Amino acid sequence: MTIEASPVAMTIQQLKPFYGKRQAVKAVDMEIEPHKITAIIGPSGCGKSTVLRCLNRMHETVLNARAEGEVRLGSENIYAPDIDASLVRRKIGMVFQQPVALRTRSIFENIAVGLRLGGINNKAQLAERVEQSLHAAALWEEVKDKLNQAGAALSGGQQQRLSIARSIAVGPEVILFDEPCSALDPISTLKIEELLLELRRDYTIIIVTHNMQQAARISDKTAVFMVDRDSNEHGPQGVLVEYRGTREVFTNPQDSRTEDYISGRVG
Amino acid sequence: MSIRTSAPANYRGRKVTDTIMRGLSIVATLIAIIPLILIIGYVTIIGGGAITTDFFTKTYEPPAVSDSGFNLGDLGAPADANAVPADTNAAPTPIDPNATPDPFAGIDLGALTDASVSAEPNAPPVVTDDGAVPGINNDMGAEGTGVAEVTATGGVLHAIIGTLLVTGMALLISLPIGILAAIFLAEYPGNPVATVVRFCTDLLSGSPSIIAGVVAYILIVVQFKSFSAIAGAISLTLLMVPTIVRTTEEVLKLVPESVREAALAMGAPTWYSTFTVVVPTAIAGIVTGVMLAFARGAGETAPLIMTVLGSNNISFDLLAPIAALPLITYRYTESPYPGENTQAWGAAFILMMLVLLVNILVRVATRNRLQGR
Repeated sequence: MTIEASPVAMTIQQLKPFYGKRQAVKAVDMEIEPHKITAIIGPSGCGKSTVLRCLNRMHETVLNARAEGEVRLGSENIYAPDIDASLVRRKIGMVFQQPVALRTRSIFENIAVGLRLGGINNKAQLAERVEQSLHAAALWEEVKDKLNQAGAALSGGQQQRLSIARSIAVGPEVILFDEPCSALDPISTLKIEELLLELRRDYTIIIVTHNMQQAARISDKTAVFMVDRDSNEHGPQGVLVEYRGTREVFTNPQDSRTEDYISGRVG
Repeated sequence: MSIRTSAPANYRGRKVTDTIMRGLSIVATLIAIIPLILIIGYVTIIGGGAITTDFFTKTYEPPAVSDSGFNLGDLGAPADANAVPADTNAAPTPIDPNATPDPFAGIDLGALTDASVSAEPNAPPVVTDDGAVPGINNDMGAEGTGVAEVTATGGVLHAIIGTLLVTGMALLISLPIGILAAIFLAEYPGNPVATVVRFCTDLLSGSPSIIAGVVAYILIVVQFKSFSAIAGAISLTLLMVPTIVRTTEEVLKLVPESVREAALAMGAPTWYSTFTVVVPTAIAGIVTGVMLAFARGAGETAPLIMTVLGSNNISFDLLAPIAALPLITYRYTESPYPGENTQAWGAAFILMMLVLLVNILVRVATRNRLQGR
């Protein structure tokens, strides 16, 4: 509970993501506030997803990818040498663009798999946690009668909420969303957005989106990334140009590149 | 401008080309499939005819001849032409000699049938030593044909057991090795070792099976100075592992990256995501690969000739020579006795059915029981 009291949930210091020798984004410094929705927006190729994936060490699962710098959850550096990436990911969950329902598993098992991994094998306890997670992901009412059916039989929007429930079940403090609505229809998108606003009470949320209206609708703070096409010999590089309250970013941008982007002149 | 008149100048040509190409692909499909159907049909019809209860319950028995005192010693005598069943096309079914009053019956080498045999088709091997001269000389005058039939009695139970034992053992060895190696290749693709392994498996899976036989012969049979079932299993392993590795790797690569990421994102270590998420997703393809490997292993003959040698008895001794269905098929096809030729077809038929049966069983066992897919 110390984290809730603290004004900062995550601190990002001089974070430099690399793909091989190429530094994909210029050093990033950000402070993520707890129980807020932080949106990361920017044109294609600006490295917004890369930065997001650095925040729970998913970045390094890509071949030859690595990151330098510090990312702290509370006071702990997630890149400390004695910290295992899989433990980091249990504290900082992630939901992806493409909804993933594990094909060979039932709806129940899709969520229970993460719980079992955490050492919960008691049937009653499993059932309780699965129900809680499905409630939290606003999916319970729709699936409570068919928990043993294949997760893959759900609609795209339902699968995305299933993915969210799976993240929640593990008990994270922060949940990262990588364009969670870009594969969904408008109604499913609306449901997810409402869900994100709900989840804000219990979790710190960081969302990457290419939909500026979405960022404006739901986020409390917005970080704008842009592409610097001629920064060095390795090609274009992403750069964080502005990071402030969402209202200020959209109504009174400080950086001319932000203004160009949100008014539709670039990207 | 109507739709018809707006057709481009080369429209007719395109349509003809389209028809020709479709026709060619259909013809090619037929050419490919007809021989397969013929083979399956031929093996089923001829081999199926060899199937009796004895075929499954008995082991090798020496070819039996008529109980009219035909002496085995005469069988081998080259001077006695009638004793050697040279005409392998002779029907193994008993022919009633009286129904075919053939003036040439006495010299027809193909008429190997004897009325007394037809009465007792499953007669045990008869080696009489009562001094009676062969039926040719005794009965022929009376019956019009006196050539004794050389029937193959007994069955191939020893070979069925041998094949199950040797191939099963090879599968037990190659399954974990093959699948774990494939996981290494698919989940850690950047490793330089992976490139070398991939190259070697490609080479091995394309090489003739006799090579595996020679390797097992030199490394195991010669070293231990004995043909053995285990040497056969290892030679089959050499052939099955590359097949399992390559097919498993390919299907593991087909599992979308998003599935792996979803597993990793909930804090699963790589091995957990591999075994509880990635492998179950790809299980149908993996099973197909294993089936291919099993079918290949079960049907291989060349390595078995050099390793398990063959046997006429039921044996469960892994360190001793053992029988196998492909070996029986090979040896019995060369046999001068029509009865054994038929048994060769029967063995081929059993081999085919065995692969089919295992295929069905594995598919039933691994099918997805979730509803709504």
